[in-house]
Amino acid sequence: MQKIDDTEITPEIVKEHGLTPEEYERIVGAMGREPNFTELGIYSVMWSEHCSYKSSRFHLKKLPTEAPWVICGPGENAGVIDIGDDQAVIFKMESHNHPSYIEPYQGAATGVGGILRDVFTMGARPVANLNALRFGEPNHPKTKHLLAGVVEGVGGYGNCVGVPTVGGETNFDPSYNGNILVNAMTVGLADKNKIFYCAAAGVGNPVVYVGSKTGRDGIHGATMASAEFTEDSEEKRPTVQVGDPFTEKLLIEACLELMDTDAIIAIQDMGAAGLTSSSVEMASKGGVGFELNLDKVPQREENMTPYEMCLSESQERMLMVLKPGREDMAKAIFEKWELDFAVIGEITDTGKLTLTFGGEIVGDMPIDSLVDDAPEYERPYVPTPKREVADVPAADDLNKAVIDLVGGPHLCSRRWIWEQYDHMVMGDTIQRPGGDAAVVRVHGTDKALAICTDVTPRYCFADPVGGGRQAVAETWRNITAVGGTPLAITNCLNFGNPERTDIMGQFVGCLEGMAEACIALDYPIVSGNVSLYNETNGSGILPTPAIGGVGVMADSSKMATIGFKRVGDVVLLLGETKNELGSSLYQRELLGDNSEAPSAPPHVDLALERRTGDFVRTFIENGQVDTCHDLSDGGLIAALADMAISGSLGVNVSVESDLPLHAALFSETQARYLIAASAETAEEIGKAASDAGIPVAILGKTGGKRLRVNEGAVDITMNKLTKAHEGWMPNFMANAS
Amino acid sequence: MKSAVIVFPGSNCDRDMAVALEKVTGLKPTMVWHQDHDFDAVDFIALPGGFSYGDYLRCGAMSARSNVMKEVVKRASGGVPTLGICNGFQVLTETGLLPGALMRNAGLHFVCKDVKLSVENADTLFTADYMEGEEILVPVAHHDGNYFADDDTLDELEDEGQVAFRYLTDINGSQRGIAGITNAKGNILGMMPHPERMIEPALGGSHGRKLFTSIMNRLG
Repeated sequence: MQKIDDTEITPEIVKEHGLTPEEYERIVGAMGREPNFTELGIYSVMWSEHCSYKSSRFHLKKLPTEAPWVICGPGENAGVIDIGDDQAVIFKMESHNHPSYIEPYQGAATGVGGILRDVFTMGARPVANLNALRFGEPNHPKTKHLLAGVVEGVGGYGNCVGVPTVGGETNFDPSYNGNILVNAMTVGLADKNKIFYCAAAGVGNPVVYVGSKTGRDGIHGATMASAEFTEDSEEKRPTVQVGDPFTEKLLIEACLELMDTDAIIAIQDMGAAGLTSSSVEMASKGGVGFELNLDKVPQREENMTPYEMCLSESQERMLMVLKPGREDMAKAIFEKWELDFAVIGEITDTGKLTLTFGGEIVGDMPIDSLVDDAPEYERPYVPTPKREVADVPAADDLNKAVIDLVGGPHLCSRRWIWEQYDHMVMGDTIQRPGGDAAVVRVHGTDKALAICTDVTPRYCFADPVGGGRQAVAETWRNITAVGGTPLAITNCLNFGNPERTDIMGQFVGCLEGMAEACIALDYPIVSGNVSLYNETNGSGILPTPAIGGVGVMADSSKMATIGFKRVGDVVLLLGETKNELGSSLYQRELLGDNSEAPSAPPHVDLALERRTGDFVRTFIENGQVDTCHDLSDGGLIAALADMAISGSLGVNVSVESDLPLHAALFSETQARYLIAASAETAEEIGKAASDAGIPVAILGKTGGKRLRVNEGAVDITMNKLTKAHEGWMPNFMANAS
Repeated sequence: MKSAVIVFPGSNCDRDMAVALEKVTGLKPTMVWHQDHDFDAVDFIALPGGFSYGDYLRCGAMSARSNVMKEVVKRASGGVPTLGICNGFQVLTETGLLPGALMRNAGLHFVCKDVKLSVENADTLFTADYMEGEEILVPVAHHDGNYFADDDTLDELEDEGQVAFRYLTDINGSQRGIAGITNAKGNILGMMPHPERMIEPALGGSHGRKLFTSIMNRLG
C-alpha cells in the first residue's frame, strides 16, 4: 500500500532536521507557503552544511582555481585537468568522517564508493585510490578497533572494485579520539574530449535512474554530517549507508560502456542526500525543472514514503538525462550488467522540482530556492594568535630519540595498512605505497601520474596560515621528489564547529595559506569538500585541511624513489636547515610538549620552495638522479632513516652546522630534499646548486649496515632500525578486533 | 597461440591478464562474457582474478555455475590448457576441475605483497621455462587463498608432482605451503599468486613472464 508521510511540521520537527527557526522562515518565504514533511526533508538536506557549504562558501570563493591546464574547476562532481595527448585527469577527495566513527567498515567503504562515483560520473575510468586517515591517540580504547575497521573497509571496497589503493597517510592525535577522519580520494583518466557534466537540458528528455535499488539506509546522512557528535551519536548507526562494491564495479563498466555512445546528455551520481541532491543539482545547473514520478523509483523495501525515497542515501545509484529515443539501447547495456534501469521522470520548463506519488503531487519546490536561496553565513572569527618561536632542548640519548621516532606511531612503516589494499591491480602501479608519492602509469604509455595526500595538522593548529601553506607545499614537494611536475590539487577541509570563532579563525587562516601556496606554486585547487562540525562534546579536532596532489611525468622510466640503491653514492642535502623545532614531531611527540599554546611551526618560504623543487626535478627528469626524498616530519634524520630502510643499505654522514646537533637532525625546516647520486653527478649538482643560489651540503656516502651520523653521535644498526620501523604497527594491531 | 580470457561480472584482473598475454605472446586474447554458452576454438583459456559475482556466497561458487563455465569445464576436461589465477583458481576448485578449496587467509586480512615462491615442478605445460626449485618473486592479492585439502589428496598431489608452486614463507595458512596446483593430466593450473603482475621491471620484476612463455613455447 502506498503511504504518504503527512507528519505535521512543528518547531521540534524543524529542529530535528538541523534547521534553525530563521532558516525555516526562509524556506516558507522561498516557497510562499509552509512546506509539507517531504519538502521540509528536502530543504533540510539541500540547506545542510554538507550540501550547501553555508559556512564555508564565502571563503572558498577566495581559492585560486584556474590555470591554463584546468578544464573544470570546483562546482562539478570532480576537478578535471589536461595532461596533454588529449588525456584528462579527473580527481577529487571527500570526507566520510562521521559514518566511519559510528560504523568504521561501512563508513570507510562507502566513502571510497562515493568518491569513485564522483570521478567516473564525469567519464573517467578510475585508476587510483588514496586516502588520508586520522585516528585518536594509540592508547585510546577505540583506536585499534576504528583503525582495523576503516582499513578493512577501504580495502574491502577498493579491492573488489579493482581500483588500486596506491597511497595515503595515517596519523594519530588525541584530538581525533571521538571524531576520526576518513578522507578518500580517487583519480581517474578520461579522453579530454569526452568529459560528462551534470547540467540537464532538453525539455521532455527522459530522466533515468540506474544502479542499485533504493532502500531506507542513509536517511539523514547529510544532516548527520552537519552536526556535532554527542555521546548518543552511535545510536545513529541506521543512518550509515551500506556499500556493495560488486554493484559499483558493474556500475562503472555499464556507465563507461554507455558513455562510449552519444546517448548521455547529463549524468550525476546520487551521493549525499541521494535522489534529491542529484536531481536538484542537475536541474539547477541546466536551468530547467524536473518532474519525477516516485512510483517508478526501483525500491528495495516495501511501503517506502516519498520522504524516505528522496532522502535515502542508498549507494551505487546514478541519475542521467538521455537523448530521446536512446532509452532502449541504454537499458540493454544496464541489463547486461544486471543493474536496474528506470525512466523516472522528465525535464520540464517549470524551474521546479515536482514529485508525484500515487497520482498526487507530493512535492513542488522552486529549484532556485533549493540551491541559490540556501543561507550563506559569513561567520565571525578570531584569527589564531601568533605563536612564539620555541627553544627546544636536546634529547638525553640521540640514538633512543631516533629509534623512538622512526619506530613510533607517527613515523613507523604503514605497511600493515597498505598490504591490506590491492595496490597493484590494473597493472600500472610503478611506484607502490611507502615512498613520497605513488606513481601510476597512463595505461599503454610511458607517461605517468604522481599522486599523494598530505597535511600536517599540528602546524595548522599552531599557525593556520603557515599550516595551510605547508600542506599544499608538501604535496608539491612529494610529487617533485619522485620526478613529477605538480599540476593541481583537491582538498578535504576537516574542521570543528564553525559557529565557534576560534575554529572559524582556523578555517579562514588555513584557506589563506593554501591560496598563497597555490598561487606561488602554480598549483590550483580544482575540487574539494568541506567537513565541519568535527567535534565531540564540544572538543574540536586539529584543523586538518587534507590536500591531494596530482602531477604528471612524461617519461616514467626516469622516476625517482626514496631507497638507497648503490654502495658509495654521495648523499646531498639541498636546502638550508634552520633551528625550527617548534611544533615538530620531536617537540610534540618525543618530548611530549603537547601544550594548548604550541610554538611556531617551521616557516614556509614559497619562492624558495619552488626554486629548490624545480632544481631537483630537473636532475630527476634528465635521468641523473633516481634516489630522492623530501624532508618533512622528523626532519633530516627521519628522511635518512627512510632512505636507508627502504634500500636496505646503511649510510654514514657528517652534519656540519652552527645548530646544536639535535636541531640539525630533527628540525622540520621546509623546502629541503635529500639526494643520493654518483660522485660525478653529486659534484655537478653541487656546482649547479651554488650557481642557482640553493644551499647544498655533501653529507656522506651510502654503504654498510648502520645509520651513522658524526662519527657515532648517532649509530644504529640497520637491523635494529628496520625492526623498530616495521615493527610498531603490526605489534600495535596484534589482536585488534 | 589463440587464447580466451573469461570475464565474469566482478572480474577485475581480466585486463591485466589480457595485457600480459598480448605482451608475451604478441596476440590479443578473445574476451568471453560469462553468459556466453560457446566461444571460438582457442588453444588456451584463462580465468582471471577479481571478485566474480562479488565473491558472494563463496569465492568462485556462483561463477562455477555460469553458462560459460559449462563450456570451459567441457574443454578443460577434454585437454584444453586452462589457467586460473586467484579468483580463477577459486573458480576451478568450485567446478571440481582442481581438488581442494581456498579458505579465508589464516591471518584473516586481505594480503597484497610480493612473495617468494619455489617452482616445485618444472615439468609442466605452465612451468617448463622455469628451473626445478627456482625461486621466483610474484605478488599475491587475496583474502581467501588458504589452500585446504584432506591429507590423502595432499599426498596424492605431492606424489604425482601436481604441486606446481609453493610459498617459501607462510602467508595465508595454506596446507603444505601450496600456492598452485595442476590437475592429474597437467593441462589445468590454478594458483593464487599473480604472474600477470610481474611481466616487466617497471612493475617490480619479470618473474611471471616465464609462465606465459612456457605455455606459448609448448603450444606454439
